[in-house]
Amino acid sequence: MENLEELKDEVLDKINNSAILKELDDIRVAVLGKKGKLTEMMKSLGSLPLEEKISLGKGLNIVKSKIEEAIEAQKKFLEEKALNEKLKSETLDVTLPVSPETQGRIHPVSKIYEEVAAIFGQMGFEVAEGPDIEDQFHNFNALNMPVNHPARQMQDTFYLNNNPEKPFDMETAYVIRTHTSGVQIRTMEKQQPPIRIIAMGRTYRSDYDATHTPMFHQVEGLVIDKNITLAHLKGCLHDFMKAFFELDDLPVRYRPSYFPFTEPSIEMDIGCLKSKTELKIGAGNDWLEVLGCGMVHPNVLRAGGINPDEYQGFAFGMGIDRLAMLKYGIPDLRTFFESDVRWLKHYGFTPLDFSSMTDGLSNNGGLAR
Amino acid sequence: MKFTLSWLKEHLDTTATLEEICDTLNNIGLEVEEVTDPRAGLKDFITARIDSVENHPDADKLHVLCVNDGTNKYQVVCGAPNVREGLIGIFAREGTLIPLFNERLKRATIRGVESCGMMCAVDEIGLGTAHDAIIELPADTPIGAPAADVLNIDPVVEVSITPNRAECLGVRGIARDLAAAGLGTLKPLNITKTPAKFANPIKITVECASECPVYTGRYIKSVNNRAETPKWMKDRLNAIGIHSISPLVDVTNYINYDLARPLHVFDADKLKGALTIRMAHNGEKFTALNEKEYELSDFALGICDEEGVQCLGGIMGGLKKGCTENTVNVLLECALFKPECIAKTGRRLQIDSDSRYRYERWVDPKSNISGSDYATQLIISICGGEASDLTVVGTEDNYQPQVAYLRPERMKTFAGLDVSAEKSMEILRHLGFEVSLENNKIKAVSPSWRGDIECEQDLIEEIVRMVGTDKIPAVSLPHDNLPKPILTPMQHNAVVIKHELASRGMYETVTWSFADSEIAQYFRNGNEAILLQNPIVKELNEMRPSILPNLLTAVKNNIARGYPNMALFEVGPVFTGRHPQEQYTAASGIRCGQTSAKDWAHTARDYDVYDAKADALAVIAAAKGPYENPQITTDAPSYYHPGRSGVIRLGKNVLAYFGEIHPAILKALDIKSRVVAFEVNLNNIPLPRQTAGKARKKLELSPFQPVDKDLAFVVDKSVSAAAIISAAKNADREHITDVRIFDIYEGITLPSGKKSVAISLTFQPIEQTFTDKDIENLMNKVIVEVGKKTGGELR
Repeated sequence: MENLEELKDEVLDKINNSAILKELDDIRVAVLGKKGKLTEMMKSLGSLPLEEKISLGKGLNIVKSKIEEAIEAQKKFLEEKALNEKLKSETLDVTLPVSPETQGRIHPVSKIYEEVAAIFGQMGFEVAEGPDIEDQFHNFNALNMPVNHPARQMQDTFYLNNNPEKPFDMETAYVIRTHTSGVQIRTMEKQQPPIRIIAMGRTYRSDYDATHTPMFHQVEGLVIDKNITLAHLKGCLHDFMKAFFELDDLPVRYRPSYFPFTEPSIEMDIGCLKSKTELKIGAGNDWLEVLGCGMVHPNVLRAGGINPDEYQGFAFGMGIDRLAMLKYGIPDLRTFFESDVRWLKHYGFTPLDFSSMTDGLSNNGGLAR
Repeated sequence: MKFTLSWLKEHLDTTATLEEICDTLNNIGLEVEEVTDPRAGLKDFITARIDSVENHPDADKLHVLCVNDGTNKYQVVCGAPNVREGLIGIFAREGTLIPLFNERLKRATIRGVESCGMMCAVDEIGLGTAHDAIIELPADTPIGAPAADVLNIDPVVEVSITPNRAECLGVRGIARDLAAAGLGTLKPLNITKTPAKFANPIKITVECASECPVYTGRYIKSVNNRAETPKWMKDRLNAIGIHSISPLVDVTNYINYDLARPLHVFDADKLKGALTIRMAHNGEKFTALNEKEYELSDFALGICDEEGVQCLGGIMGGLKKGCTENTVNVLLECALFKPECIAKTGRRLQIDSDSRYRYERWVDPKSNISGSDYATQLIISICGGEASDLTVVGTEDNYQPQVAYLRPERMKTFAGLDVSAEKSMEILRHLGFEVSLENNKIKAVSPSWRGDIECEQDLIEEIVRMVGTDKIPAVSLPHDNLPKPILTPMQHNAVVIKHELASRGMYETVTWSFADSEIAQYFRNGNEAILLQNPIVKELNEMRPSILPNLLTAVKNNIARGYPNMALFEVGPVFTGRHPQEQYTAASGIRCGQTSAKDWAHTARDYDVYDAKADALAVIAAAKGPYENPQITTDAPSYYHPGRSGVIRLGKNVLAYFGEIHPAILKALDIKSRVVAFEVNLNNIPLPRQTAGKARKKLELSPFQPVDKDLAFVVDKSVSAAAIISAAKNADREHITDVRIFDIYEGITLPSGKKSVAISLTFQPIEQTFTDKDIENLMNKVIVEVGKKTGGELR
């Protein structure tokens, strides 16, 4: 069987030299196919005597498996080669920039609303609401500001004729609320103490210059119970300021002041460092007025249907826009309401920026894109 | 309210520094707004003497001085005309910061002579405008002393006076409060009564005693109103920003700011007949000192002669009977008017004056006679003349001071402050109250200059501000260990909606609750215009009927800034009527321009109505509203494109509008690109029942694979997509779990008026895998149902 060895060498040589899968398959068919050379030789064994059949058959099987192994190995080699060539042709320029995605923004006023709610939520407050168009009872009279009260003249009030059929009458006209304090009265009308609410919303005064806009936002607080004192007022507001500005230590100062709806009335200043280029909240040589507050005037409690001999408490009010300006270093109040997309993108907050006392109050939503 | 330090010290005997005074003012509730202290800029200037004066060798008008500051001598070239040997003035050495130029003085050579310093004029040290001559100080002034110590410089303090503290609208009131706070003692006010030389020839009658409880008049004859107002008075008035006009006017202004006591002076020769204080007649005319004519009504108090109202009592004098420099005989008025009457008149006629400002707050009801005496004293000392007796109508004695009671323990239980009853009484006494104990309560009778003490809380405030708010401990509010949600479901929805829209790439904005009627008129949707009575500018004259007018203005402005692509939204109030509560919260947004910037991978497209619809549905979903299978109608308000807009409804309720803004409105606003918009009424989205549990519905997973099949129908163009989807779903609600439209074709291969709508259906087997026959049956059901409901035929 010399020609078996020859055949084997010849076939293995062909297999190893095959360049493409098709060529390899042709070789397989020619040798191992139904009519392949080796197959034919296997077939011819049948006519041989048994001894010869055994010895020859053994030889044939060894050759066959060698060839099969060689084909398999060459196949793997050629497939890998083909894949590598294909991949080479598929190269992309991964330095190409990704497609633009617009990440939206939350307005600073909404952000502060969420932060203020998160902090007061921790102290057991609820959020109350009231209408933007108010009657003068809720906006003034019930807040201890009768019609001739000088403080009433100090507020540049927007008026709305309450009956367009009749001539305008300033004394019965509606007003566009000058503060959120009317919500105090609306809350007291609906519920008896204990009361612990904040009211946030738009307020309006006829004033338009570098530091005033005809619309701005306030947060109002009201706490009424049997034993609430000025000491609680100080504790509550100092706790709030520290949490809001995210400072462990924040110097505060209280000055006696006057608001018709509180007695005693107090203004609160926080410590800061003012320089030509920046304002830093915290320890420093300067003071910045941030809010007005006081013990609710007994006339206000009475107007809200609460007995001042039984209940007492405090109220406070501060500017949401102003809080935003101070915390986030926004220089000009007027820009809040100009809808300039460049401003909104720069000063706005990412949609994932949620405010929580336990997950972080600010800047917890990743970087703005 | 402004005052100078020396003016304050006229009333207050104190050794306190300016800084201590300002700190105390803040602590007791008189907030310091500004302190102007020119002494700060003077610290490097010193006094020096000119030892010799020689002519400059090379300039006629210049001199060469030898200046001596007691330690060194300096050669100085000076051009002032008043230089002389022995003159002591203010000297700036090399390196001193000169306020006028805001530069440091350098050694210089002037026409060949070296000059090492400067003898200063008033303007150069920042104390005034005088420039021609150098300052000359008295001959006994020590040399080498700091300039601030020898110049008579008066720092100016501005405090903000709250409406309850009218008495502090006079310097004496401020001094009194500082004295009560322990910062010195209040000096007595020395008023000498001017002897009456004759009887007041002008008869005075008060017809409305309730509006004018006390009226005093004094005739002063032979005054010289051309006399010079004394320098001290002029300086003080100037320092607080009041120009000297004539002695008579200056005296009334001075007393107004010194004692918070308004006065008025008539030119007596111009008055005709007797003086009557009465309410004005309706329609009566009056020309005030401000040269404006007012039509009066019976709410206004007039000081009248035979020719009518000559002065609006407590508010402003009249032009006709006022004093001029030629005035010789005067009638001095010092009266008490009811605050409510003054406030009402001032407000209705819109006249602001220093007098009104004080009267409508509080004027000491016991200061009419003393005020008149003080003014008479000052007028005669400046202008000469003789005084009549004082006519007093009404009496100061009728004034009943207010009485308030304080339970001493309330200091602790209300203010949180430990103060003994004795200490409380002492403080009130220092403030001028008459104090006594009655049934363990402190009875406090207000001094006449305080009109604001009505109840116990007012007394508590007095004690708190004197003890100091810093003495109150800070106590955190007691609260539950685990906080509860602070927002109502509705409020929470608004927050989630904002984050949802921002996550859809939109920028949140906040615009005015006002709108410009010019634009708002298109958006009222049948409601009345809610016009402000007194808009601040005409562009903000109406309560907005929709947020869209403001967002469109924003679109226009951003396009003008060069940013034509934008997606903006706002969540805020929208007004449907003029009464309180006639408002709802809307979440509205607009998209304008292209979906993205030019990019190599994607082609940007213009925003279209479907973007707005998707936004609206996202808002409804964020508010937990019915966003699946929305009920859509095509009757959006007229400010939308009639064929490219829709309404999302829940029964009768409108949840949202969406669509393209009507091109005619864009044209009116000069916006050239397409704008799509949505408005969701958050108040109309039903809130989930509060009792609803948190558990999810059990997930049923089928073991059988769903099968997707496509069908295309030819229908009339007017047939809505929703009708086809609904018909297909209804063909077998059990097994057809999803119907999607994947192609719409309108073209020449179809009959005119027809379109082809291709739908993709998902069939879900329930009990066993579908056979071919099952699928065929389901498809047939869809074909029949769509045909029946829409007239669609299989394409």
